[in-house]
Amino acid sequence: MVAAPMAGALMRVDGVEMRFGGIVALAGVSFDVGHREICGLIGPNGSGKTTMFNCISGFYRYTVGDISFEGTSLKGLPRHRMIELGIGRTFQNVALFRSMTVRDNMLVGYHFRGHTGFLANALRLPATRREEAEAGRRADELIDLLELRDQANLPVGGLPFGWQKRVELGRALIAGPRILLLDEPAAGLNHGEVDELGELIKRLRAHFDLSILLVEHHMSLVMRVSDRVVALEFGRKIADGTPDQVQRDPEVIRAYLGDGDEAPHG
Amino acid sequence: MPNIPPQFGIFLFIVAAAVLPLVFASGYQTFQLTMVVIYALSVLGKNLVTGFGGQVSLGQGAFYAVGAYTAAVLMDQWDVPYWATLPIAAITSGLVGLMLGLPALRLGGLYLALVTFALAISVPQLLKYKAFEGWTGGVQGIVVSKPDAPFNLPISSDSWIYLFSLAVGVVFFLAITNLVNSRIGRALKAIRDQPLAAEAMGVELARYKTLTFGVGAMVTGIGGALSAIAVGFVSPDSFTIALSLTLFVGMVVGGASSISGAIYGALFIQFIPNIAEEISKAIPGVVYGVILIAVMFFAPGGLAGVIANQLRRLRAARVVGTGRAPS
Repeated sequence: MVAAPMAGALMRVDGVEMRFGGIVALAGVSFDVGHREICGLIGPNGSGKTTMFNCISGFYRYTVGDISFEGTSLKGLPRHRMIELGIGRTFQNVALFRSMTVRDNMLVGYHFRGHTGFLANALRLPATRREEAEAGRRADELIDLLELRDQANLPVGGLPFGWQKRVELGRALIAGPRILLLDEPAAGLNHGEVDELGELIKRLRAHFDLSILLVEHHMSLVMRVSDRVVALEFGRKIADGTPDQVQRDPEVIRAYLGDGDEAPHG
Repeated sequence: MPNIPPQFGIFLFIVAAAVLPLVFASGYQTFQLTMVVIYALSVLGKNLVTGFGGQVSLGQGAFYAVGAYTAAVLMDQWDVPYWATLPIAAITSGLVGLMLGLPALRLGGLYLALVTFALAISVPQLLKYKAFEGWTGGVQGIVVSKPDAPFNLPISSDSWIYLFSLAVGVVFFLAITNLVNSRIGRALKAIRDQPLAAEAMGVELARYKTLTFGVGAMVTGIGGALSAIAVGFVSPDSFTIALSLTLFVGMVVGGASSISGAIYGALFIQFIPNIAEEISKAIPGVVYGVILIAVMFFAPGGLAGVIANQLRRLRAARVVGTGRAPS
């Protein structure tokens, strides 16, 4: 059932356990994400998907287990250091800097590459102009790629939701991450938009040569784009394999549809 | 008319601000304008912390007081020339700001407002405190002599102090404008809009919040130091909580996340109380309150937003006009 861990996985989740008071949200979950792999993380509500996501991105501090990225443990790493290791993320329901323009949002994604401080920027020293020019070039590339040129200088708060999602992708991608963590990217999108999103995710992998961890409710999207799917239920991993394997896995079917006698006819 | 770059407008404004008062303003009016420059700087420091940085500070007057007393003590005790007191006042007020930036990391929103409020309340009492009386002059305060114009310039002391303050003000307004439009400014606004996302983008919240508090305090402190030079006198009762609230009003009226808003806010807090008193000697506070409410009603986002809109409309009208009848 379990695909053998790839040699030299990009990211390795190893026995992560997370408790909130007496409630066990994650009970020792392990899985790997390989280089250039699109890995879907699924599970019914309350299965621990989002908790897992927050453990990986450093927003929750797990007590037991470890998560490593290219062999480096992420445990206890400050959140603002994740991006320089090559871990980019988006947020459930979009967390953009609403008062800022599309372009400025993306430029914040490149912030970590800059080294100039308060004084240098107040005086606009040559180093700051070099940094600004480089960041600007990167932002323009992504704006073109994501077809946001006409919106580049508009405040992001006024854009339709689907476009905001693209801006958020751009903001994560400008840093040149090795892995992109997507937290329910299909939430709030209509059918057509979900199809486009699936295509976009595959294109991003090809274009940026990165791995993607996709935490998603939308089953058909996950099954369509993922190379591998990890299924959680009540904080435990119940399946790990190709989309086909996972879809046929009796445990997964039971988790989603209930036991045979109460399962709706499908 | 060819396209005029916006920098040219700013340049004209600075020249006009420097020259016109020398020609037209009386000594007292020049002093009032000096106070506008000083308030503008002080509000600018507050805008940086609260408007751009999103951290509520009700105690900005404390940094102003630190700047003012630093300048006054240096001139009084060690005969430091007035211009040399500014960098030292910048350092002392900046350091006090940094120290206050530390609790600012742990306290958000209303709690931070309370802490800074407490600071503003304690400052006048600290200035009166016996142990510091040798330096601060206690309740008496410190009287310093106003500097004369250098190089035998044929202008009054008031005019010279005005030009000096204006020059300092221009330097800091340009510097803070640069800062706000740089990667640092973007990081600040990012923290204000979405702290978690900012962190995920690699912005170190602690560092930026603390430094912003320090820089904002420094800019306000320089305003305070200039006030000591311009007024020629500091006393504890000039730096009560009322001063902090005045700066707060200036920030809100002008537009908190705006550079030019600091200037409009400064004009408001300098001149509106006088105008209110002219309207009614008996209840100037009420008149002031009514004007304040009226401004908030007509310019809910601050005067800067309204004025920017009007300028844009004017410019658009001119473009249309010249298109029809080329001159």
